[in-house]
Amino acid sequence: MKTRFNPWTWLWVTVATLFFFMPLWGTFDFSLRMKRGAITFLAYEKVFADPKFLQSFRYSATMGLITVIVSIILFVPTTYWIHLKLPRLRPLVELLTLLPFIIPVIVLVFGLIRTFSRPPFRMTQTAFTTDILITAGYVILSMPFMFRAVDVGMRAIDVRTLTEAAQSLGAGWLRVLLSVILPNLRVAILSGSLITFATVVGELILADFLVRPALGPYMVVVGGGKAYEPAALGILSFALTWICLGIIQLVSRGDVRLQPIGR
Amino acid sequence: MAEIADVRLSRLRPRAGFALVSVWNYLGVLPFFAFIIAFLIFPATNLFAGAFQDAKGNFTLVNIQGLFSPYILKAYRTSLEVSLITSVSGGVLGFFVAYAITLGAAPRWVRSGLLTFSGLAANFGGVPLAFAFIATMGRTGFVTAILKSICYSAADASKVCPLDPYEAGFSLYSTVGLAVTYTYFQFPLMVLVITPAIEGLKREWREAAENLGASAWQYWWHIGFPILLPSILGATLLLFGSAFGAYATAQALTGGSILLVTIVIGQQIRGDVLGDTNLGYALALGMVVVMAVCIALYTLLDRRTSRWLRR
Repeated sequence: MKTRFNPWTWLWVTVATLFFFMPLWGTFDFSLRMKRGAITFLAYEKVFADPKFLQSFRYSATMGLITVIVSIILFVPTTYWIHLKLPRLRPLVELLTLLPFIIPVIVLVFGLIRTFSRPPFRMTQTAFTTDILITAGYVILSMPFMFRAVDVGMRAIDVRTLTEAAQSLGAGWLRVLLSVILPNLRVAILSGSLITFATVVGELILADFLVRPALGPYMVVVGGGKAYEPAALGILSFALTWICLGIIQLVSRGDVRLQPIGR
Repeated sequence: MAEIADVRLSRLRPRAGFALVSVWNYLGVLPFFAFIIAFLIFPATNLFAGAFQDAKGNFTLVNIQGLFSPYILKAYRTSLEVSLITSVSGGVLGFFVAYAITLGAAPRWVRSGLLTFSGLAANFGGVPLAFAFIATMGRTGFVTAILKSICYSAADASKVCPLDPYEAGFSLYSTVGLAVTYTYFQFPLMVLVITPAIEGLKREWREAAENLGASAWQYWWHIGFPILLPSILGATLLLFGSAFGAYATAQALTGGSILLVTIVIGQQIRGDVLGDTNLGYALALGMVVVMAVCIALYTLLDRRTSRWLRR
């Protein structure tokens, strides 16, 4: 490697670093200044003292977990089956899982409301059926991440040989999936689950338009009425995303290519 | 003859079974397709069908025509503006950063650090990002305060602060402010997408060019840049789409005062601001068409690039 000093390199590296950290530092700094003339964590105390914060966080975290579970149940067997039996379907399935990049969330929620809020479905009438609808929306939203993670993981192992070996030892389909395929996909499923969880917890649009008490809409309300709490919420929210994505980068050495959805 | 017939028969036998087995196989992917159709394809087509219907459900093209009304055209123009500015600003900045960490001989720890942060920052957005920029570039923000404090006394003893952004007409809650905010996730996305392409430039190409007497400029102008052009275009399209479809950041930052297409769709869902439900569906259809063109072109260019670079 060349060790020659290149001023341009350092200029761009500095610009990038400043652009990354200024907003983070600015937010953090702002969040500490609630008490005039002192550096305190008062804004954070206020956030945590607000029962609505805890409620909405609990709701979003619960929805995140449910979405992760549904995604795993839906995508892992499907991807496995496609790799094993229907490789010809792979391009089609890949295309379908990329559709959320083309259909913005605001259009998706528009479609969901138009389709499912009226008869015969009327799913927005009760909280429970709305939660089913919103979970479906979340699964769709995080589908590109989950599918890609599982697909990449599945490609790295020899699905056919593993399956045949397990079957020749007398394992049934369920057993093959649960005790042979799943353990081999631990890292992939963990990565997919963490991105899914982070996406759901930070999501605004679905929860806002389906009127559910999630973290996103709560943050908008706080942002409209207060000065310092939003900054504290922003830092907390960044921290959560960073923890999720940081773990992924650790376990998968940054192999998962991330892409934005739902902002 | 018997042998041939036997071969034919053996060819036929698995075929006869194949139909049954394959139907059985397709059952395995049924839940996935049922889910996608129920919660993505059906709602989307339902929406798009509405774009071609009047209030009574008859076929019409009036809604598509309605897209060319001044109010809606303005929304599309604002969205295009913001997406164009941020895909170019993010694209240029991202390209140079990617260049710096690949060919620019930045140390390994700088490279891995910046790539990690790009992976994180490219996924930011929505409400927290809006909060961060309000705390940073808002009227009382951190950076605003720093820039404001750089002052000198003018000849008439008045205080002049040439860097005060709000004095210079900047506002975070304007199109420019929105563009600055979007750039926070746009340029890391560019770094992520373009770094593999720059890495794919072969050292031999450069050496061959130098052996033939080319200067650094000539190498870039005749070889490096043309090879990278499809990747750069593709990445810019991806950035464009990522800004075009964004809603939450703009909503949280400006409270919906900048009328992007996504914001108008949001208002339409809440309270039929267009006064015509079916026109709202047409608006959503137009949005998806733009996104589809972007992503399709990106995929094409990306394929072309990978053909070049993976050898």
